[in-house]
Amino acid sequence: MAKTEIKIGGFGGQGVILTGYIIGKAASIFDGKNATMTQAFGPEARGSACSAQVIVAADAILYPYVKRPQIMVIMSQEAFTKFSPQLDPNGMILIEEELVDPKGLPPTVKVFGIPATRIAEELGRKIVLNIVMAGFFTAVTGIVSKDAMRKAIESSVPKGTEGLNLLAFEKGYEYGLGKVQAQ
Amino acid sequence: MKADPKGVLTGSHYIDGDHACCEGALASGCRFVGGYPITPSTEVVERFARRAPMVEGAHFIQMEDELAASIAIQGAVWAGKKAMTVTSGPGFSLMMEHIGLAVMTETPCVFVDVQRGGPSTGLPTLPGQADMMQARWGSHGDYEIIALSPNSPQECFDLTIDAFNLSEQYRVPVMFMMDECVGHMMERVVIPPADRIEITPRRYTALPPGEYLPFKPGPDMIPEMFKAGDGYRLHITGLTHDFKGYPAMNPEVQEQLVRRLVDKIRLSEPKIRRYEEDGVEDADVVVVTYGITSRVAVEAIEAARKRGIKVGMLRLVVVWPFPEPRIFELACRGKAFVMAEMNYGQIFYEVERSVRGRAPVVLAGHGGGTVHNIDDIVKKIEEAHRCLS
Repeated sequence: MAKTEIKIGGFGGQGVILTGYIIGKAASIFDGKNATMTQAFGPEARGSACSAQVIVAADAILYPYVKRPQIMVIMSQEAFTKFSPQLDPNGMILIEEELVDPKGLPPTVKVFGIPATRIAEELGRKIVLNIVMAGFFTAVTGIVSKDAMRKAIESSVPKGTEGLNLLAFEKGYEYGLGKVQAQ
Repeated sequence: MKADPKGVLTGSHYIDGDHACCEGALASGCRFVGGYPITPSTEVVERFARRAPMVEGAHFIQMEDELAASIAIQGAVWAGKKAMTVTSGPGFSLMMEHIGLAVMTETPCVFVDVQRGGPSTGLPTLPGQADMMQARWGSHGDYEIIALSPNSPQECFDLTIDAFNLSEQYRVPVMFMMDECVGHMMERVVIPPADRIEITPRRYTALPPGEYLPFKPGPDMIPEMFKAGDGYRLHITGLTHDFKGYPAMNPEVQEQLVRRLVDKIRLSEPKIRRYEEDGVEDADVVVVTYGITSRVAVEAIEAARKRGIKVGMLRLVVVWPFPEPRIFELACRGKAFVMAEMNYGQIFYEVERSVRGRAPVVLAGHGGGTVHNIDDIVKKIEEAHRCLS
């Protein structure tokens, strides 16, 4: 059975790792699939372009690293420049469209954009942009169920912020559904 | 006996191998960790330090260095706790002296080494499997230890419990040989209820003070312990010692003591051994591997099978003591071997020694920093297969 390789990139502080963690947790704990998450540890994880990598599969995951992601979630231009050459030419890329200019991609790549930071700001906290992206990801890719993602978010974000984060998730999810229907 | 529910975080968790190792330790009854944090093992002690206040009797001390950490745990053990220390290659080097002391004083404890690329400070944030011989031979003198190697966060939980149990059963320091990849990867870890976790209790004496001799072995070569403060007199030393624990530096006592320290593990190898085999019986080539490399090896084996080669796998779960009799048996049946490990040949030499010239052994090794390329292992499988014709 095929496995899906996902790479999430952005700059340190955008919640890149938490996004990967939530996707992995949703898939493995709440959707009953397998999910392996790895991340870059080192100087690159402290401020500049950093990434989280998640493999989702129904069967056991053996080789632990993402080699050719079919799905990318990119939240900064630097991360785009650094990681987008690894993307499967038949894959899809989800971008923070006000922060990322997706230039130079093969024409076969499907691009989905969302102004996640602006949506997060409208909700009152810019910090939830990664959860907006997570909602967007859920609607566009269908890799994880909406219910599993909601449970993963609720059990992963700081106490007292669950409501805001779930709202951010719903906003991203709705935006994603609109994009999918438009295509 | 069953695990103490106070240390068991029953449920499904999405955690990394380091955190899972910490939970395994707590579930197995470990109530003291002395540590000197080092990448990529830091998350083990971070979690233990955070969890300790919630688990009755659990304590963490960040010591001034690895020597202090590795001796503090032994003090805790003699005071009645189960204890471990956690490190990576550079710290493991510093702990060697006290691993020898734990062997000599038969102090049950666990040394966790989350291996990174070496030598020296090497690759702090990237994986290696090059401390495997150090785990076996790093301290001076003649001795035997037990070493385990997990290949997933789930196994980091499960096998940490086994590590503690084996250390209590054989009164020996157990080396828990993780690597950065397993330590930092996140996967689902299922922690069962406490009443489904089997724990080996410490082997305390039933004899009263006066009759009890702390280093007199029982029928299985293992002496019984007591708890400091329970009224027994005790002398513990790294010097060669008699049944009372007093220094007795002569060849007769040396022969009696050190032979027993070696034999209590060596003669129990059939009981301690643990490996997983897949398709070995009708294989022409057997890939021997352990830890994270075993997961990559499975993909290589599948690829080689598609090319028509009969390949099997023998994954070492317990690496030390090494299952030499099984390797020899397979060698006598005309199989060739590939040793896949993240170093330039360590357990490889152990396989080569075990086949006693009766089978070709090919190394699929590399220096660490990442896992193997699947194709590189496939090429070695093909090379080993060619040796047979």
